[in-house]
Amino acid sequence: MKETNEKVAESEGKGGAMIRVEHLVKRYGGTAFALDDVSFEIGEGEIVGLLGPNGAGKSTAMNILTGYLSTTSGRAEIGGVDILENPLEAKRMIGYLPEQPPVYPDMTVTEYLRFVYELKGCKFPREAHLADVMAAVKITDVSHRLIRNLSKGYRQRVGIAQALIGDPKVIIFDEPTVGLDPKQILEIRNLIRNLGRTHTVILSTHILAEVQSVCERIVIINHGRIIANERADDLARVIEDNTHFRYAIVGDKNAVTDALRGVQGVSSVSPMNEREGDAFCYLVEGKRGVDVRRGIFRVCAEKNLPILSIGAVGNDLESIFIRLVDRSDRETQTK
Amino acid sequence: MSAIYKRELHSYLTSAIGYAFIALFFAVSGGVFVYTTLYSGTANPGNYYTYMLVFFVILLPILTMKSFSEERKLRTEQLLMTAPVSIPAMVTAKFLAAMTIFSACTLLCSCSFLFLTKYATVRAATVFGNLIAILLVGGAFIAIGLFVSALTENQLAAAIGTVGIILLFFVVSALNRFIPVYWIRFVLSGVSIFSRFGNFTQGAFDFSALLYYLSVMVVFLLLTGRVYDRRRYR
Repeated sequence: MKETNEKVAESEGKGGAMIRVEHLVKRYGGTAFALDDVSFEIGEGEIVGLLGPNGAGKSTAMNILTGYLSTTSGRAEIGGVDILENPLEAKRMIGYLPEQPPVYPDMTVTEYLRFVYELKGCKFPREAHLADVMAAVKITDVSHRLIRNLSKGYRQRVGIAQALIGDPKVIIFDEPTVGLDPKQILEIRNLIRNLGRTHTVILSTHILAEVQSVCERIVIINHGRIIANERADDLARVIEDNTHFRYAIVGDKNAVTDALRGVQGVSSVSPMNEREGDAFCYLVEGKRGVDVRRGIFRVCAEKNLPILSIGAVGNDLESIFIRLVDRSDRETQTK
Repeated sequence: MSAIYKRELHSYLTSAIGYAFIALFFAVSGGVFVYTTLYSGTANPGNYYTYMLVFFVILLPILTMKSFSEERKLRTEQLLMTAPVSIPAMVTAKFLAAMTIFSACTLLCSCSFLFLTKYATVRAATVFGNLIAILLVGGAFIAIGLFVSALTENQLAAAIGTVGIILLFFVVSALNRFIPVYWIRFVLSGVSIFSRFGNFTQGAFDFSALLYYLSVMVVFLLLTGRVYDRRRYR
């Protein structure tokens, strides 16, 4: 796995990286690994999705990048500045929305954003800048209300607003659309896409559709290690090849099942509770590295079992994610 | 740093705890002033400040209990820790905000002696000396309170813990004379906050006591910063 991480780091190229993480290790309590030799780079203006099961190390990675946590070993740089050696300068380049928006319930939205503006030592004209940020996340109408009285969705958006104050080069969002309604989710995704044109954005989320619709690259973490770091379109390639197919075949269920099981390379055939006209549907799993489709075609043609449709199963992000994580779990257990 | 200072002041002046502290402080101060000065028919401020010092054991933890523990509970400490502000600046800002409220209350209440000058001779130097000493002792208590508040997200636990530590200093002074071993007595009298206050009540200005109170303040503020630093490496 170390080799994989190193390969990933090398493959990213060293020029123009806004975020550079090298051999990052974080142990909690001296023993348990939260991050185990993680390396990656994120270029300027890239939107990267950070995926992983709960407890995989996503939040730890984000907390280290933002200077909230320290590392056990390794380096993390923001815009060429080491977050451990020069934290204040590095933090000036970051806008961070943690998992729970860090808002003060006893302040109004404007008071809170003015506080954050001053805390970050911003140099823009204050009121105009705050008005721009509030308009971008659509909270202008609640600007004079106490945060205590806002709904979860509005609080989340106030949290997003504070991250945008000071127009930082790097924006890190931990689950930015939690608690928002579907319309707000689309608005925030559009906002993130727009931000990505001029900013480097890291987005951690459990909503795979969100990653797919917003991110250009996806980094999957499991057990503190990077198990995939690919362009969103290329992620399917990480799972070596097509092994699962859904077939709709006309004919007696048992005859079809027997015929399919007889094909070389087929490891399992299971009838599904679906029909297409007079055809039954079957889930066929082939052995890794073997494309069973030609064999199935020949057998079905010989036995006069018409194939009405065929489709790959499990090449959507959700399936890829689950299979990658399962594979990584198996590797961890073997070790 | 000024942002956190202003935010803290805002928090004190818009929360029930802030007003409860101010109200209690004024009520206690009024009572103590009547008892130690008007009833006793003396214009010596020593008694007033000594009694106030005892009440600070309960009063000041109310002021400091939510300082860091609430930030931790609300997760707003993540905002402070990821902002371009250093940990010492954050701790100092919170300390200065609590000191501002405490000093304002103490100064306002000390005005009672100003009115007393109309009826009796009040030695301004004694009042002034007592005032400086009590502000420093209060500062030491506040620093202890901030330290305990940084250890927990439970405000009540922070308040009780602070009272406990201050009482420990108190008990050390009270029981010291009963300890037969000289060197233990010597060491314990060295860390007693209360015994050093005695000189001020009698109008003497004890420079070593001032240094001692400042040291307690600095040590506990450094420890508070250390708690946060340590948490980053947990």
